[in-house]
Amino acid sequence: MSTNFAGNQVIIEALYLVASALFILSLKWLSAPKTARHGVWAGEIGMVLAIAGTLLHHGIVDYKWIVIALVIGSGIGVPLGLVQMTAVPQRTALSHAFGALCVTLVGTSEFYLRTPDVPRFTMAVLCMEVILASLTFTGSLIAAGKLQEVLPQRPITYKGQNFVNLSILGIAVAVAVYLVLNPGAKQLFPVMIVVPLIFGILMIVPIGGADMPTVISLLNSYAGLSAAAMGFVLNSKLLIIAGALDGSSGFILSVIMSKAMNRSFTNVLFGAFGQVQVAAAAGKEEKSVRSATPEEAAGILAAANRVVVVPGYGMAVAQAQHKVRELYDALTKRGVDVRFAIHPVAGRMPGHMNVLLAEADIPYDRLVEMDEINGDFPQTDVALVIGANDVTNPAARTDQSSPIYGMPILDVDKARTVMVIKRSMNPGFAGIDNPLYYMDKTLMLFGDAKSFVNSIVHELSGNTH
Amino acid sequence: MNSGLIDGLFVFMLAGFIGFEVIKRVSPLLHTPLMSLTNALDAIAVVGAIVLVGEHKSQLSFILGVIAVIAATSNVVGGFLITDRMLKMFKISRPTKP
Repeated sequence: MSTNFAGNQVIIEALYLVASALFILSLKWLSAPKTARHGVWAGEIGMVLAIAGTLLHHGIVDYKWIVIALVIGSGIGVPLGLVQMTAVPQRTALSHAFGALCVTLVGTSEFYLRTPDVPRFTMAVLCMEVILASLTFTGSLIAAGKLQEVLPQRPITYKGQNFVNLSILGIAVAVAVYLVLNPGAKQLFPVMIVVPLIFGILMIVPIGGADMPTVISLLNSYAGLSAAAMGFVLNSKLLIIAGALDGSSGFILSVIMSKAMNRSFTNVLFGAFGQVQVAAAAGKEEKSVRSATPEEAAGILAAANRVVVVPGYGMAVAQAQHKVRELYDALTKRGVDVRFAIHPVAGRMPGHMNVLLAEADIPYDRLVEMDEINGDFPQTDVALVIGANDVTNPAARTDQSSPIYGMPILDVDKARTVMVIKRSMNPGFAGIDNPLYYMDKTLMLFGDAKSFVNSIVHELSGNTH
Repeated sequence: MNSGLIDGLFVFMLAGFIGFEVIKRVSPLLHTPLMSLTNALDAIAVVGAIVLVGEHKSQLSFILGVIAVIAATSNVVGGFLITDRMLKMFKISRPTKP
């Protein structure tokens, strides 16, 4: 019996080792579009091996419920894997919530199975696991709700908010410290779950839609770290590795996102951005803008040699990406060079615009990052802004009083002609006035992004007959 | 601190560095698939939940374990599925037709 047990253990560890290697390869292959799909396969094989290994675990007596749970989970996972591309940000937030839920529940079970004999270090890691995972759970649910527009997207703020939030987190940490010193204090454990659950809600409620890319990345990082902590508790190196990979991925993305907004993490989490902006919008005076019809816009685009399209969240909301593709085709057919300028925080999550444009069949070599394309704007005949606002706002370069001063932007104002598709002159979601709209070379194209682009396409194809 | 925890810290540090170096190289073009893929990989937490269900040590750990397996499995399946769907969409310019 004991040899059999040892033999199984070797097989399990070997499978976990191979799975860990496959997980690292999976991320390595993801680095370029050519090999990226191999990355998914490597990850899938690693996952299957790890689960197979786990089923060999000597203590397992009940397979029926494992299979039932795996089947139900797959049943929920398939529709979540088949959502529309525009719903990817909220799906991602939801999956962070599910991952965190799993970690919270496993951590809770481990505590009640082991109390009161929990070594201090293990208990400390367990507390960290449960606190991080439960705040990530509710925080991600709120983020998903905001992205799905079930909850209001505007930041909800009140006086003393940061003080309240930090005090609540402080309570959780104090309870954790007590539990580390007294691991037998069963009755206190639920407090350490409920308090971070509340903190998670309060942490995300004041955050506005434009900050979502950073917040989703941070929650991703928390989910990874909590899984790594769970690996310490269960003494599973596979989990530590997977958690560390996920944690560093979320961390890198958070850094990229906050740099792209010229803000620090603390500023995103505790900044209450909304209030500053309302004040800035109130001080605006009447200025005149030039507007143009679809016919005029089509004429200018057809006469151009180089066009750069700047997509933003507005394009996603209007579901205009397929019409944009038709515009791309129509212009390319006429010999116009069309490229897309992608700001790192355009949209609601890292890489959001790339996925939407790829879905619309726009080749990815036409999608250009901010740093690469900014130098080309002076040689660009037309910059066409579709549903993007703050990422094109020249005030970020020049106006020190602007709340977005210092944020890296796409220099569309340097193009020869700028066209902006926008519903109306109402300050957008962020409420920051954009001087770009009042420039002499700027033409405002008022209307819904999808129908306006459609009219332009119509004009362009009509002219070829 | 026992040696298992120290081993764990070494593994965590090394994996963190590898993750950092590997993920730094991922093109911003693929940041959305990156997040959905790491999400799927992170759902490896399912192995801990499977053991809880299979060992059936207490009623509480069994019930929480079942919910945890369901939550994590939905991430595994959904995460890989959507990542692959996204990556399939990324195509390079077709050479101009003759």
